[in-house]
Amino acid sequence: MTLTLRALLGATVSLTLAGATMAETTITVATVNNGDMIRMQGLMDDFYAKNPDIKVEWVTLEENVLRQRVTTDIATKGGQFDVLTIGTYEVPIWGKQGWLVSLNDLPAEYDVDDLLPAIRGGLTVDGELFAAPFYGESSMVMYRKDLMEAAGLTMPDAPTWDEIKTAAAAMTDKSAEQYGICLRGKAGWGENMAFLTAMSNSYGARWFDENWKPQFDSEAWKATLTDYLALMNDYGPPGAANNGFNENLSLFQQGKCGMWIDATVAASFVTNPTDSSVADKVGFALAPDTGKGKRGNWLWAWSLGIPAGTQKVDAAKAFVAWATSKEYLEVVAAKEGWANVPPGTRASLYANPEYQKVPFAQMTLDSINSANPNEPTVDPVPYVGVQFVAIPEFQGLGTAVGQQFSAALAGTMTAEAALAAAQTLVTTEMTRSGYIK
Amino acid sequence: MARKASNTRKAVVTIAAWSIGFLIFFPILWIIILGFKSEGDAIKTPLQVLFSSWTLDSYYDVQARSNYARHFWNSVILSVGSTVLALAIAIPAAWSMAFVPGKRTKDLLMWMLSTKMMPAVGVLVPMYLLFRDFGLLDSRIGLVGVLTLINLPIVVWMLYTYFKEIPGEILEAARMDGASLKSEILYVLTPMAVPGIASTMLLNIILAWNEAFWTLQLTTSQAAPLTQFIASYSSPEGLFYAKLSAASTMAIAPILILGWFSQKQLVRGLTFGAVK
Repeated sequence: MTLTLRALLGATVSLTLAGATMAETTITVATVNNGDMIRMQGLMDDFYAKNPDIKVEWVTLEENVLRQRVTTDIATKGGQFDVLTIGTYEVPIWGKQGWLVSLNDLPAEYDVDDLLPAIRGGLTVDGELFAAPFYGESSMVMYRKDLMEAAGLTMPDAPTWDEIKTAAAAMTDKSAEQYGICLRGKAGWGENMAFLTAMSNSYGARWFDENWKPQFDSEAWKATLTDYLALMNDYGPPGAANNGFNENLSLFQQGKCGMWIDATVAASFVTNPTDSSVADKVGFALAPDTGKGKRGNWLWAWSLGIPAGTQKVDAAKAFVAWATSKEYLEVVAAKEGWANVPPGTRASLYANPEYQKVPFAQMTLDSINSANPNEPTVDPVPYVGVQFVAIPEFQGLGTAVGQQFSAALAGTMTAEAALAAAQTLVTTEMTRSGYIK
Repeated sequence: MARKASNTRKAVVTIAAWSIGFLIFFPILWIIILGFKSEGDAIKTPLQVLFSSWTLDSYYDVQARSNYARHFWNSVILSVGSTVLALAIAIPAAWSMAFVPGKRTKDLLMWMLSTKMMPAVGVLVPMYLLFRDFGLLDSRIGLVGVLTLINLPIVVWMLYTYFKEIPGEILEAARMDGASLKSEILYVLTPMAVPGIASTMLLNIILAWNEAFWTLQLTTSQAAPLTQFIASYSSPEGLFYAKLSAASTMAIAPILILGWFSQKQLVRGLTFGAVK
């Protein structure tokens, strides 16, 4: 009897211990719906093989919904997520607030020095890396080589805005629905203002001076908006005030745009023969400048951060380290080819001879390297960010200013009126928020 | 001559009605069409979309990527659960307001309705904190409560309107025959108001099924309904229209079918009073 009891007790203890050692940690990862992130969800076998005790639960949401969702959760310490997909806009703000776990202690084999300096700089606050970049992007010129050739023009690798204007004029034939240039016009801080803020950097404009005084009354902003409107009105597609990334992608793929200046990630779409009618006719160039030392390209990285409130830091770090590692890039290359590897994060990827064969690889790297989020403008500024200002108020401000500029493109107000309205509304909000004393 | 004019008028009205109906239904039809196209074709011009080849690829992709069954089941629990709970609260409340009104009944009704005018995002943070502290984040119980509360004003108002049209004398007669309050509500009032209760129930199920603010904000994975299933297929950068359309079609199909089969009750309940 005693023996039986002991045996039962022993078996129970063994089972409990076995259960404990096999205990599974489930982490919840909040992510956006883009090709690279979705691809990762299909390649999780490699992670599970290396981390059999960790299970990953995905929450995929549209970018703006996700931003609102994770902001609420992290600000209230809701603890619903263990890993967050966040951009270069959130990281400096959240890092400063102490909302993110530092990633300075990632293992040596992670090789943090391999991260591209521009991207790493955008994710670091006071020497602490607060998110690991999963995929980085800049913006560049995508153009139709055949139309340029027919017009007797050659696109330089690093064009000026004047050269872009000449090319747009030469490639426009509105009667044949052929438009020289397609640019973002839809209002939004991540829509037209991403493009226009980056463009304004190349014109020597800035959002604020060193005392946070708005600068929309400057000559540089006037020149930026006037040239943008002239380009779009003379050589752009109709209804451009409603066009964002997806609308312009559609136009370019149908062969209706001579040039399109937008995210480097678009290169893989416009060169994909399944979807694009101009796949073999696309050339790439750096975003334009005006000779002032800054180009009109932005810098963005979707990155993985760990909220400070999570109880599963170790498992979350293991996942972040795997998803942003060199080994993960090789897993993607082996299963889906080098063209599908998440770009723009590691120097070693661009040194890889196999990846160098991808037609847009070098131009993507050059574009990323030509942006500096810590010194984004010609004149000094008190903020971080190339196509945004990394302050919490910017989402609202950027969208409000974007609405003025979109209205100017739609023809319902003049450039001067749009700039004056922008100056007034930004001054009011910055005064209310305490930036302007 | 008069007959001819009447026929012409009837034809014009019929054509106009069908045209308006088609116009209202067109966005849903277009979503259904796009779901059967490839991503590349889905962003072409409408004519090119119509004449491009048809495919089930988007449905396969959506099935492979998402757990539709879990989202669907959550939607069913949330919409049915919140509707049952709302009716259980609203029927006695509406009875009281319709048949035993007090001095402040009208004010109370207006106040209830006014809560619908407040933007939901205004109470997001306090609500989120409450859910966090009570351990209700990502739980179906918490969401059933929220959906019940946000739809309760409409349910009470609709039932109040139906109950008001039932002659009080009928209830009085029941009372004189010795019916208790419970019997009066259960065996006299409710059977007479069935069309109204049915249409209120259907409308509430539709509202709860489509609710896309709280269901997105308060869930992550375990309690997430079909609204999150749809939201996971949208993106500002990339080709996603076909998959988004396929996901939307899968999300709205159950409620469309329910609406189709119950349209008679729905229309009757919405257009006629309880005893007309």
